[in-house]
Amino acid sequence: MISREDVEHISWLASIKIADEEKEEFVAKFNSILEYFHELDQLNTEDVEPTYRVVDLANVFRDDLSRPSLPPEEALGNAPRRAEGYFKSPRIV
Amino acid sequence: MTQKGDVIIGLEVHVQLNKLQSKLFCGCSTAYHNSPPNSHTCPVCLGLPGSLPVLNRKSVEYGLRVALALNCQVQQETYFYRKNYYYPDLPKGFQISQYDFPLAVGGSILIKGDDGERKIRITRVHMEEDPGRLVHAGTIDRAKYSMVDYNRCGMSLLEVVTEPDMRSPKEARAFLDKLRTILEYLDVFDGDLEGSMRVDSNISLAGGERAEVKNISSHKGVEKALSYEITRQRNMKRRGIRVIQETRHFDEARNITVSIRTKEEAHDYRYFPEPDLVPLRVADWVPEVAASLPELPDARRESFVSQYGMTDDHAKSLTSDIKVADFYEAVARESPPRLAAVWIADVLKGELNYRGLTIDRFSRQDMVTILEMLSSERIAEDGAVQVIRALLDQGGLPQDIVKARKLERAGDQAVMKAVQEAVAECSAALEDYRKGNERALNFIVGQVMKKTRGRASPTEAFRLVKEAVDRMDA
Amino acid sequence: MLAKLKEQLLSGSAEEYLQGLFDRIEHSKLNAFNALARESAVSRAREFDRQLWGGALAGVPIAIKDGISTRGIETTCSSRILRGYIPPYDAHVIERLKAEGAIIMGKTNMDEFAMGTSTETSCFGPTRNPWDLDRVPGGSSGGSAAAVAGGEAPCALGSDTGGSVRCPASFCGVVGLKPTYGLVSRYGLISYANSLEQIGPLTTTVEDTALLLDVISGHDPRDTTSLEKDSYLNLEEGVCGLKIGVPDEYFGEGVDPLVEKSVWEAISRMEELGASWQKVSLPHTRYALASYYIIAMSEASSNLARFDGLRYGHREAEDQDWHTTFSEVRAAGFGKEVQRRVLLGTYALSAGYYGRYYLKALKVRTLIKEDFQRAFQEVDLIASPTMPFPAFKIGERIADPLTLYMADVFTVPINLAGVPAISLPCGFSQGLPIGLQLIASHFQERLMLRAALAYEEATPYHLQTPEVAA
Ligand SMILES: [Mg+2]
Ligand SMILES: [Zn+2]
Repeated sequence: MISREDVEHISWLASIKIADEEKEEFVAKFNSILEYFHELDQLNTEDVEPTYRVVDLANVFRDDLSRPSLPPEEALGNAPRRAEGYFKSPRIV
Repeated sequence: MTQKGDVIIGLEVHVQLNKLQSKLFCGCSTAYHNSPPNSHTCPVCLGLPGSLPVLNRKSVEYGLRVALALNCQVQQETYFYRKNYYYPDLPKGFQISQYDFPLAVGGSILIKGDDGERKIRITRVHMEEDPGRLVHAGTIDRAKYSMVDYNRCGMSLLEVVTEPDMRSPKEARAFLDKLRTILEYLDVFDGDLEGSMRVDSNISLAGGERAEVKNISSHKGVEKALSYEITRQRNMKRRGIRVIQETRHFDEARNITVSIRTKEEAHDYRYFPEPDLVPLRVADWVPEVAASLPELPDARRESFVSQYGMTDDHAKSLTSDIKVADFYEAVARESPPRLAAVWIADVLKGELNYRGLTIDRFSRQDMVTILEMLSSERIAEDGAVQVIRALLDQGGLPQDIVKARKLERAGDQAVMKAVQEAVAECSAALEDYRKGNERALNFIVGQVMKKTRGRASPTEAFRLVKEAVDRMDA
Repeated sequence: MLAKLKEQLLSGSAEEYLQGLFDRIEHSKLNAFNALARESAVSRAREFDRQLWGGALAGVPIAIKDGISTRGIETTCSSRILRGYIPPYDAHVIERLKAEGAIIMGKTNMDEFAMGTSTETSCFGPTRNPWDLDRVPGGSSGGSAAAVAGGEAPCALGSDTGGSVRCPASFCGVVGLKPTYGLVSRYGLISYANSLEQIGPLTTTVEDTALLLDVISGHDPRDTTSLEKDSYLNLEEGVCGLKIGVPDEYFGEGVDPLVEKSVWEAISRMEELGASWQKVSLPHTRYALASYYIIAMSEASSNLARFDGLRYGHREAEDQDWHTTFSEVRAAGFGKEVQRRVLLGTYALSAGYYGRYYLKALKVRTLIKEDFQRAFQEVDLIASPTMPFPAFKIGERIADPLTLYMADVFTVPINLAGVPAISLPCGFSQGLPIGLQLIASHFQERLMLRAALAYEEATPYHLQTPEVAA
């Protein structure tokens, strides 16, 4: 069972602010979904290998060749805030 | 201050493989130094929605080279994981890094320790992408906002993690110096480029908690940061305050470490395999890469001693930087090797160091010319030093400098004249010599040097004086 | 249809045809499009009328799901957080379409970040089903399916993470195909769950789907999971001699009886055409949904981390410290369902829960993949309903996420296994289309399309169009 504190911690980890009045709703919905997920507990998967990817490939590379980058005005073109050719970020501390 | 033996230091060194042409997962050029911000980015390294990473084959090859040079075991199969955390310099909200499955594990290198040679164990070597660079408007703790440059973002990094095997800040520095030497020998790394090697260090006093000092960008900085940290921890211990496990930041300007990240201490990186990259199986490459490794510093040092007959100290000095070692060998092919060793290790390196210059600034041909003039006794030692200094300070050609500064040794006639005069003037010394005091001749030689203002060769002057005296007695 | 359209464009005017579509869209109630590339498309059509260039899709307008990057055209994934984002590059599939002469007409509505089955979670409001405007078009590629069914675009691209092409194809009565994982480059597709998703065509006929697939498939060095293609043209070999498997687990409880009936009729039809059928078992089917949602949410939690309002997209909030600002930007920019999936995915990957959720789900994925491997040793194709029921009413299921998730029960196992599947019209239930799902083994798209084409040629369902398309 997920608690309100769990939801607060996940919200911090996921960097999504949850308003106080919404927390209970998240707790309830999460618990009903997680309960459904626990259906998997019925399966014994001890000797089963996980499938990370369905294509059986290894060692796919590109050669070490440099290609033109985006012009800086295009790289910055979508930035909501910028200054002197930099992306402007909220303060660090 | 430092009690021997109770300091425990381990390092995590981030090395930029900056000799590559392109970044780790995209085709952006690595030559971004001295370029405007955000001029070396593309959808992939900017983390634009929909972009996908493709691994640079040569990054892996370089990684293997380093792993083998550090005597590590290369893993059969390795994977890239996502290390999830938020920070403005991290455009995707995760860093692609090899986590539980590094490229190689279990190596070691030898360094000059506080009490002789010391073996530092390498825990692992893994590959990851470099984040961008934050530029603070003002200091980190007072800026209203930060500015982000993603030119560096996506550069190939190799993270070299050591066991806690170092016992002093000096040893930590010796390790970094040695690592840099090796990396430059492997031709995967240029340590002169800004930000090319960044160090996180773990440091504790025996029995205490450890602090992590993050992101130190110079070898000197590491030594300073660690020394500060030892003093801090020792003082706390003395006052009975418990050292807490935390992350600290080295403030290079103030030479102190400050605590950062309190809440963020509760990292949870939620590692999982990067679905957009396939597994890496490189064990088969190992023999080929091993065969292509150059002679490494320790081996080259030994071969310098045996091949050129130089002292171990000279060999060590000449091999600690591959550029110097290559310079030396090129010069030694055309000059007396032992003479070259002395002049390059003792004189040239010192003059370069004093000026903060690297060996690239000096022409091999000039060195050969200087050594040739020395051994043919056209110039004296003092003159050779003057030529080297002038070349570094003003440039030009050695021959021109010798001429302009009248460094040429006095011609035979001038010396002969000086010898005759000196022998004639020093009858007392001559008398002593005849009585069997061999050293009396040195006085006469000294007079010759005085008369020629040092431009005569002392050995030559001695030979001429002795000849003249012997002739008189015959 | 596209073959005929191409002829028509050569003899007539591409510009006129395109203007006709734009006029229709302007007066439409479907809300199928988020953005129209009117200017660039019309000028390209005009150019085509002058130059009459060649190519597999010469002069053909195409609608693109808004989760696929299009250079110079706003690409939002129907999310507030990406409002105003204009990609500086084209997805691989867009490059391919342009190279074959197609004209990008605009971006279609979808569930926000492709997380949904109904196209109701879009920040642009829901898309409506052309067969009944009160009903959902399915999702998440609902805009693409509705545009094609409603006559607003001759063909479209969608993406399918857990059924997002096939579900709306089924609900809107068109053809939609989810390729084998790796057949179509994902470069430029905005990731929701990268180990599951593929871009796929939505068209009115099997032949058109095959033509589009032929254009967009094939190896792309920018996607390391991409592989070589087969040819999907000239599919006249038919269905004769093929063995069709019918899985018990895809029928029965929870499936609308009319849907079941139509699918069984389709199987009989193929039998008449020379195929044979037999029962097969996919015993882990009931675990597919939980496995799928855990994997998709986990991957999504990481894929969506890049949306922080720093480099692109929406950043309204006043700047505070970076973490507070990011958290507020993301809270305001993501809709409720996206927040739910990102938060649950974060939880599923977090320390102490990785083994219980993510790893467990990946192991179950193995079992589901093996189910299909076993089945395909016995049969060439598997037939099932695409969706357990026809299109539901707007607002009917959205309140309870779990009920909505249940609708994906027959589509998600295919993505877990990475195999291809196609949905095509096979009947109607009270005026609403029903979709037949054909599933094939890895890279057996050709065989699957052959059977689909033979079935389509023998049935009238694909010829029926909703009133709004008249
Ligand atoms: Mg690291
Ligand atoms: Zn790049």
